[in-house]
Amino acid sequence: MSQGRAPRDRITTTLWVVGTAVFAFIYLPLMVVIIYSFHDSPIIAWPLKLGTLRWYTALTHDRAMLSAALASVKLALLAVVISLLVGVPGAFVLDRLDFPGKTAFRRLVLLPLILPGIITGVALLTFFSFVGLRLSSGFPLVPGWPVVLGHAAALTSVVITQVYARLQRLDRAQEEASQDLYANGWRTFLHVTLPNIRTAVLGAGLLVFTLSLDEIAVTFFLIGRQNTLPLHIWGLLRRGITPEVNAASTIIFLVSVLVIVVWARFLREEVQT
Amino acid sequence: MRTFLGAAVPVGFVTALLFIPYVLLLVHSFWRLKGGAITHELTLENYRRLFGTDLYPDTIFFSAGIALRVTVFSLILAFPLAYLLAFKVRRHKQLMYMAVIIPLWVSYLVRAYAWKIILGQEGILNGLLQSAGLIDQPLTFLLYSRWAVILALTHIYTPFTLMPIYAVLEAIPPALKEASQDLYANRWQTFLRVILPLSLPGVLAGSTFAFVLSMGDFLAPQLLGGNDSALMVSNLVWSLFGVAYNWPLGAAVSVVVLLLTLFLLWLANRVEIAMNYGGQSDRMIGSVRGGAAV
Amino acid sequence: MAPLLELRHLTKQFGAFAAVDDVSLTIASGEFLTLLGASGSGKTTTLRMIAGFELPTSGEILMDGADISPLPPFQRDINTVFQQYALFPHMSVRGNVEYGLRMKRVPRAERTMRVKQALEMVQLDQLGARSPRQLSGGQQQRVALARALVNRPRVLLLDEPLGALDLKLRKEMQLELKHLQTSLGITFVYVTHDQEEALTMSDRIVLMRQGRIIQIGSPRDLYDRPASRYVADFIGETNLLTGTVVESKNGEAALRIGVDVLRGMSDGPLMPGAEAWLAVRPEAIAVRPPEGGGSGGNVVSATVKEAVYAGSAIRVHAALTSGQRIVAHVPAGTSVPVGKMVRLAWPTDRGRFVPE
Repeated sequence: MSQGRAPRDRITTTLWVVGTAVFAFIYLPLMVVIIYSFHDSPIIAWPLKLGTLRWYTALTHDRAMLSAALASVKLALLAVVISLLVGVPGAFVLDRLDFPGKTAFRRLVLLPLILPGIITGVALLTFFSFVGLRLSSGFPLVPGWPVVLGHAAALTSVVITQVYARLQRLDRAQEEASQDLYANGWRTFLHVTLPNIRTAVLGAGLLVFTLSLDEIAVTFFLIGRQNTLPLHIWGLLRRGITPEVNAASTIIFLVSVLVIVVWARFLREEVQT
Repeated sequence: MRTFLGAAVPVGFVTALLFIPYVLLLVHSFWRLKGGAITHELTLENYRRLFGTDLYPDTIFFSAGIALRVTVFSLILAFPLAYLLAFKVRRHKQLMYMAVIIPLWVSYLVRAYAWKIILGQEGILNGLLQSAGLIDQPLTFLLYSRWAVILALTHIYTPFTLMPIYAVLEAIPPALKEASQDLYANRWQTFLRVILPLSLPGVLAGSTFAFVLSMGDFLAPQLLGGNDSALMVSNLVWSLFGVAYNWPLGAAVSVVVLLLTLFLLWLANRVEIAMNYGGQSDRMIGSVRGGAAV
Repeated sequence: MAPLLELRHLTKQFGAFAAVDDVSLTIASGEFLTLLGASGSGKTTTLRMIAGFELPTSGEILMDGADISPLPPFQRDINTVFQQYALFPHMSVRGNVEYGLRMKRVPRAERTMRVKQALEMVQLDQLGARSPRQLSGGQQQRVALARALVNRPRVLLLDEPLGALDLKLRKEMQLELKHLQTSLGITFVYVTHDQEEALTMSDRIVLMRQGRIIQIGSPRDLYDRPASRYVADFIGETNLLTGTVVESKNGEAALRIGVDVLRGMSDGPLMPGAEAWLAVRPEAIAVRPPEGGGSGGNVVSATVKEAVYAGSAIRVHAALTSGQRIVAHVPAGTSVPVGKMVRLAWPTDRGRFVPE
C-alpha cells in the first residue's frame, strides 16, 4: 500500500514471518552441506564437530575428483563457445527473419528448457547411436563429442532466449541512424548492434557455463569414459556421503554463486540501458 | 547471402541436434527389441505393452501424484514470499530477489542430497529430535520414502515457482491497488478481486514448470526415494535405457511423458487465453527458464 | 454554508523534503477547483492525501467538519479518476464500473441500472462487455470517469486525466467534463500542469509551487491580477518588463526602462528607485506605425525582430530601445514590418505591477 509509512498490521507481520521461513527453507539445506564440509569425522552424522579443513586438502589429492572437475570445465567451456556461436545468430533469426516454420522453430528451441532433462538426454542418445558417433569419441581431448554437442544443444536455448529478449528491447532507431550515417549492414552490426547486446551475450555465456557444470540428466546418457564432476559426485553419493563430497559441493556452490552474481550484474546493466 | 548463412547455422544446428533427436525418439518407440538388438520394423507393441499392463500407467500416475503434491506445496510456499518481495520489500528488492533465485542455478545435486544428511537415521533431524528428548530411536521412515522425495523436490522447485509469480506481481501497476481501495474495497477484498486474479498467469506458469519438472525428475527419487523410487517414471526410463536395454520401450515411455508435457503446456496456454490474458505463459516459461525474467 | 472539504495546515514530508508544505484550503460544495502547478509543486501529493493514498505528516483534512485523514481510502466518500485510468484489465467495462457498487453491497437490480446510467452518461453504453484493452485512450478515460461517478461521491478527484489524449480530444473532453460537473453538481478537485486547461474549466484555481499555495482565485483573478511574477509568468503568455520605479501613487506607478517610462496599475505603493516588474499581456499591445498621433496610455518605440504566424494571430517579437524583449499579438492579416521601427501601445490599466 502506498500510504507512506503505514502501520504494520498483523497480516503484514504474518507475511514477513512466512516469507522468511520459506527463505530459510530454501537456504538451510545448502547451509547444512557447507557446514558439514568442516565436520571432523568421516561419517556425516549428528552431532556436528566443526573445525577442520582436512576435507578441502583431501580434495587437492583426489585424482578422480580433480580429473572429473577438469572434464567438467572443458565441457562447460566448449558448450559456451558452441552455444554462443549458434545461439546469437539464432536469436537474430527469431528477431528479424520471417520464414515458414518460424513458430515451430521457436517452440522447438524452448523444448529442452521445459522438458525433463531425461527426455532430452535419451533423445540425444538415440540420435548419436543412430548416426554412429561413439560416446567416447574425441576423448581425451574432449570428454566426448556427444556430450559436448548434447550440452550445446540443450543450452543453446538459454542463449537464444536471453539474447532475443535483449534484441527485442533494442532501439531500432540506433541501427537506422547508423545506416543513415553511411554504415552498411555488417558495419552497423559490428559497431552498433553488437556492443548493445554485449552484456546479454556475456551474461548468457556465463549462465550456460554454470548450467553446464551442474548438468546431470543429459550428461548421464551421453557421457563416455570420463566422468564429469556432478556425475562423479553422484557415484560417490551412492556409496555414502563423506564430508569430502560436501567440500567439493561447497566449492562448486561458491563458484556458481560467483558466476551468477557477475551475470546478475550484467543483467542489471541491461535493464538500465 | 550472408543472411542465409547466418540463418542456416542456427536453424541447421537446432534441426540436427534437437528436432531430429526428438523425432528419432518417436521413431524408436515404434521399433522393437528382438533377440537383444533393436529391429527397425514398425510396430505398436510397445504402446500395447504400456497401456496393456498396469505397471506403466501406474508409474505415470504415481509420478503425476508426486508431481501434483510438489506443485501444490511449492505454490503454498512460493506465493507468500513472492508477494512479500513484490509488495513489501522496499530497499534492496533486486538483491533479495536474486538471493531467492540463486539456489536455482546452483548445483541441483547438492540441494537433493542435502536432504539425505538431514533426514537420515544418523542425520540432523533425528539427531536434534533425540537430543531434545522427543524420540528414543531414530525415525527410519523419514528418508527413502516418497515423502522425502516430495520434500526435496518442493525444496528444489519452490524458487522455480516463485519466479513467474514474482514477475507478474511486480508488473501490477500500484494504481490498480489504489483504484480498488478508492472504490471501497478493503485490503483483503483488493487482494481477492484484483491482485489474485492478475497473478494467475504467473501461478499457472509456475505450477506448470513445477509439475512437469518434478514429474520427470531423475535424481531426487534415486537418492531419496528408496523402494518408492522404482515407481517413478524417470527411474523406469533410466532402467529401460540402461540395464534393461529396451530402448524402444523406453522411448515409448519417454514419448508418453513428452506428449503429456506438451499437452499440459498447451492446456495452460489455453486456460490463460480463456482468462483473457493473451497467452503469456508460453513466453514466460521460456524466458524464466532461460533466466531472462530476472 | 460550511465548506465541504477543508485542508488545514496540511504537510507531507518525505525525509527532509517537504512535498506539501503547510497547505490550507477550503473547498465549497459543487465547485470545480483546480490544483495547478509545475511538476514537483505538490499538487498531486495534496490530491493523494485527500484520496487517502498518502498519510499527511501533519495537518488535517476535514469533510463536513470531521477529520478524515486517519481514514483509509475505502472508507471515504471520495472517488478518484487516475492519471493512467487504472482500469482493471481482468474485468470488462461493466465489471469495472460496477466494482465500487459491489463493494458497497448495492443490490444487483440497482447496480445494473446505475451502471447503465453511468455508461450512458459517458456515451459508452454499447461497450459494456468489452475488455479495457480493446478500448482507445479516450474511451478508457470515460470508463474511468463512469467508474468513479457511478458511486455518486461527494467529491471527485481527477489526477491529470486528460494528459494522455491528443489535443483535439483533450479540448473536447475539457468541455464535457465541465458540463458534467455543472449538471451533476458534484465537487470536482482537478489536478493539472496545463494552465490553459485550468483557465477553461475551473471555478477557482489554486496555483502551487514547491509545496505551497502561491495564489488562489478565479481564473480571471489569476490572469488579470497575478500575485507575483511567478504567477504572471505561469498563467498565459505575458511580458515581464523590468526597470526602476519613478513614482507611485493612487494605485498607479511609473517604471523607467532606459529612455522609456511606462505606467501601470499597482496594488500597493512602490518605492521610487526600487527595481520592479510590470506585467503586460501580449494581446493588450497594439502595433502602430512609427509616426502619427497617439492616444493616452503607454506608447513606446520598438524594433520588430520577428513576426511569427500563428493561425489566428501574429506574434510580434520586438525589442525596446533599452534592449528588453517584448511580444505583442496582433490579428492575422496585419502587416508587420520586420526589422523596422514601430510604436507599441497599450492602455495603462492593462499593465500590472507584480511583486517578486
